[in-house]
Amino acid sequence: MKIACLSGKGGAGKTFVAVNLASAAASSGDVTYIDCDVEEPNGHIFLKPEITEIKPVSKILPAFDTDKCTSCRKCADFCHFHALMFIKGKPKLFDELCHSCGGCELVCEAKAVSEEEKLIGRLELGNTKLEEDISVKTVTGILNTGEASGIPIINKALEEAKSKINIIDCPPGSACSVMESIIDADYCIIVAEPTAFGFHNFKMVYELTSILGKKTGVLINKESKLYEPLEDFLKEHEIKLLGRIPFDEELGALMAEGKLAYKYSDKARKIFDELYTKLGGEL
Amino acid sequence: MRIAIPLDENKKDVCIVLSRAPFFLICEDGSESIFENPAASANSGAGVEAAQFLCDKEIDVLITVRCGENVAEVLKAADIKILKAKHKTAEEELRAYEAGETEELEHFHGGYHGIL
Repeated sequence: MKIACLSGKGGAGKTFVAVNLASAAASSGDVTYIDCDVEEPNGHIFLKPEITEIKPVSKILPAFDTDKCTSCRKCADFCHFHALMFIKGKPKLFDELCHSCGGCELVCEAKAVSEEEKLIGRLELGNTKLEEDISVKTVTGILNTGEASGIPIINKALEEAKSKINIIDCPPGSACSVMESIIDADYCIIVAEPTAFGFHNFKMVYELTSILGKKTGVLINKESKLYEPLEDFLKEHEIKLLGRIPFDEELGALMAEGKLAYKYSDKARKIFDELYTKLGGEL
Repeated sequence: MRIAIPLDENKKDVCIVLSRAPFFLICEDGSESIFENPAASANSGAGVEAAQFLCDKEIDVLITVRCGENVAEVLKAADIKILKAKHKTAEEELRAYEAGETEELEHFHGGYHGIL
């Protein structure tokens, strides 16, 4: 079972929900928390896992044998991402534009193209012990600074979703990296802020989960009063409301201190136990 | 000596952008030709596509207001000189070049790479 937490904007509360939901789920069985926000993974700040294994992640790039190359230019003409230039009769690679599609290797009749790996980041696998017999397995995807695309790391991180319950903490927004993160999810929790900006971004993410045909529920976070356009939208589209988390000083302070709210706050424990029960009904 | 200058829509003024300029003026021994820039409407990788176009035209010198790092890397690999445009029109720029007044471009901006 894979449950993804996503939101249209940063700071809506994806990680807050994901780490605390994982903690709530841990008491009833095997749980893995997977941080797919590889540009700035922050779930580890709250879960503070003991790291047990580090797995390097590479992307595949083409390598060119200039002796075999016949200067036919088919590789550079084929590349729709413009990652290959043809200069002085030979291809030149711009690796940040390369999508590792392998097309240049396929079209090369001289067999001058081979594959090589480039290290772009890592996975940190670990374990967070909440109580004596209760723990959360953690997977943190980390993209090296300066790399353009974290998709290979997201894909590797999701291969570690081997528990009965897997909670996926997505990158913000609704772009490719989010799509990759939720592509195999059984359920999507959209964390929405009850503001005009939050609502606008919520709709973009909802459009994505709808197109992908994902079961989706909404969790409204940091609520101080109802935001009517959001309420109307949820009713109109018959979207499941999973809960409302109040705009709360205690929860905010715990987050700011990097503490796992589920562990330190009865209020948080109640919110996330209820959310987990409600999700059980949905799944 | 073949010289290229990015051109605005009016086909006279130097365009302040390079890779998405609508046209390129290419001048060789006083004879001028204007080409549409195939990279002007590229979804992504406009820089490298424009650079490829300029390499394929076998230019020796590019006179431009600005230039990205990727494009500079390509042009340098192709031994193309990158000079700094300072005038409004391409004609003025060509005259300044012939008078030996054009300086090398030294600042290359980071790309606005269309990573999807």
